[in-house]
Amino acid sequence: MNLPRPLTGGVVRRPWRTAADACALLVAAVVAFPLYWMVLGAFKPAGEIESSEPRPWTLSPSLDSFRRVFGQQEFGRYFLNSLAVAVTVVIVSAVIAFLAATAVTRFRFRFRTTLLIMFLVAQMVPVEALTIPLFFVMRDAGQLNTLGALILPHIAFSLPFAIWMLRGFVKGVPEALEEAAYLDGASRTRFMWQILFPLVLPGLVATSVFSFISAWNDFLFAKSFIISDTSQSTLPMALLVFYKPDDPDWGGVMAGSTVMTIPVLVFFVLVQRRLVSGLGGAVKD
Amino acid sequence: MVAHDTVTVEKRPALSTAQAPRRRPRGAWTPWLYLAPALAVLAALLGYPIYQLGLISLFRYTQAQVSGGEPTVFRGFGNYADVFADDRFWQVLLATVVFAAACVLSTLAVGCALAVLLTRVRAVPRLALMLAALGAWATPAVTGSTVWLFLFDPDFGPVNRVLGLGDHSWTYGRYSAFFLVLLEVVWCSFPFVMVTVYAGIRAVPSEVLEAAALDGASQWRIWRSVLAPMLRPILVVVTIQSVIWDFKVFTQIYVMTNGGGIAGQNLVLNVYAYQEAFASSQYGLGAAIGVVMLLILLTVTLGYLRLLRRQGEDI
Repeated sequence: MNLPRPLTGGVVRRPWRTAADACALLVAAVVAFPLYWMVLGAFKPAGEIESSEPRPWTLSPSLDSFRRVFGQQEFGRYFLNSLAVAVTVVIVSAVIAFLAATAVTRFRFRFRTTLLIMFLVAQMVPVEALTIPLFFVMRDAGQLNTLGALILPHIAFSLPFAIWMLRGFVKGVPEALEEAAYLDGASRTRFMWQILFPLVLPGLVATSVFSFISAWNDFLFAKSFIISDTSQSTLPMALLVFYKPDDPDWGGVMAGSTVMTIPVLVFFVLVQRRLVSGLGGAVKD
Repeated sequence: MVAHDTVTVEKRPALSTAQAPRRRPRGAWTPWLYLAPALAVLAALLGYPIYQLGLISLFRYTQAQVSGGEPTVFRGFGNYADVFADDRFWQVLLATVVFAAACVLSTLAVGCALAVLLTRVRAVPRLALMLAALGAWATPAVTGSTVWLFLFDPDFGPVNRVLGLGDHSWTYGRYSAFFLVLLEVVWCSFPFVMVTVYAGIRAVPSEVLEAAALDGASQWRIWRSVLAPMLRPILVVVTIQSVIWDFKVFTQIYVMTNGGGIAGQNLVLNVYAYQEAFASSQYGLGAAIGVVMLLILLTVTLGYLRLLRRQGEDI
């Protein structure tokens, strides 16, 4: 993580500095605690997790909860389903958003501003409210109980934000480069895919985090559209099998949560620097 | 205000060079070709469902109509009349507004305070806080909800032990259940505010802050009179994003209060519309509630666009 020196470094006096450091560390510990407790809960043996004297450590870590999660339910299958949905959404929406972002930043045409405002307005549409009509659309298209019912809406819902955020990255590629490419005889298609695309790719990856998260985390569509064929279920639904409000299997829930959280965490840490600059760019424009 | 003017002055030239329109002779249809896939997907999966939502909200649409047992009956605004005549709707609307407002305010307060804190600390604590925040940000809503429930579990959770609350149940009372959900929502949404505001503060030239400090301004004064005006565009964006997100909270309420709490005491509009449609099979009523929600969020967004316009932002 490449974070530059604090900005008011010269102004803050030393004792305050130390107090601020301590404060930051304390907050970091509080913020990280739920995640720590989740992983700890996943590794605790059954006797310790259902104990009225919970301890913040365990001396006999066990993989029982993970075995239960992967054994009892078809958890591996749900994991692959979730992964298939998220990866498809990321790739398809990245390509479509790249084309659209290029159109709105590199061209001037009628209705351009109108379109941009539409993309902005589309971001606020409450996805949840559209579950009702989407249910009927998917039913009529014969997509209920298939992964397609999860993939298609997520592509649509992640597009507006992806286009909005990618604009900054496309804009960042100098126009001179485009001129040079045409002078050297490159066609527009060739410029798009062999020059512009690789240059925008880092931004595309940062943008993908959001499509990935919305698809990976999706709970509502999985719940509403996968109604009877559980072999098409995804992780969030599988997790709730262990969580029965009256008698939750906390070890199983924590192990499942850990398995579900780790891929997102890895993705996030990999792209975090691009993410911060990308957000700065999206916000400033 | 002086500081604010400097920003706009510095920003203009940068914007205009970056956006210099290209006027190479190009086929006028080329941008539309690039836009075609996006527009097709959005029209089919966003535009058409919105139209359908409006349509369904005008009909009597229950299980009988879904299965084709009875013909659909046009009710005009009958569903809306039913919704507005129901006391529960107004209760839920009030709860949604108050809950969203509380979430937005807490998220912004925590996010901004920590962003300022980040600029004051050494590298290691900053890295620690950043990583912890990224972890919270990355946690899926479903797992976040179950983990927070476990933390506050009356029998096995650590929080009741530490606070000495015995087997007090947090999800039993209406307000304590809302409070628990609020904690989870703030936990997973403050990182966006913190990271964005922190990036904004970093972009403020340090001379401005040093000048303010030399003139004897207190930290609070620097924040209120220098940083806040300069960060206004960023603050507007994070506020609107938070309003939109927190108004639409679904998963947390659904999972943590088990579908809306005891006797629906923790329902918010989103969950209410869902329950009406899919649990009670009143698709028409659910769609009407959905339309109301859509209109409320549309108003917020249009207000936001006007705000951007007035600030002279170029879209």
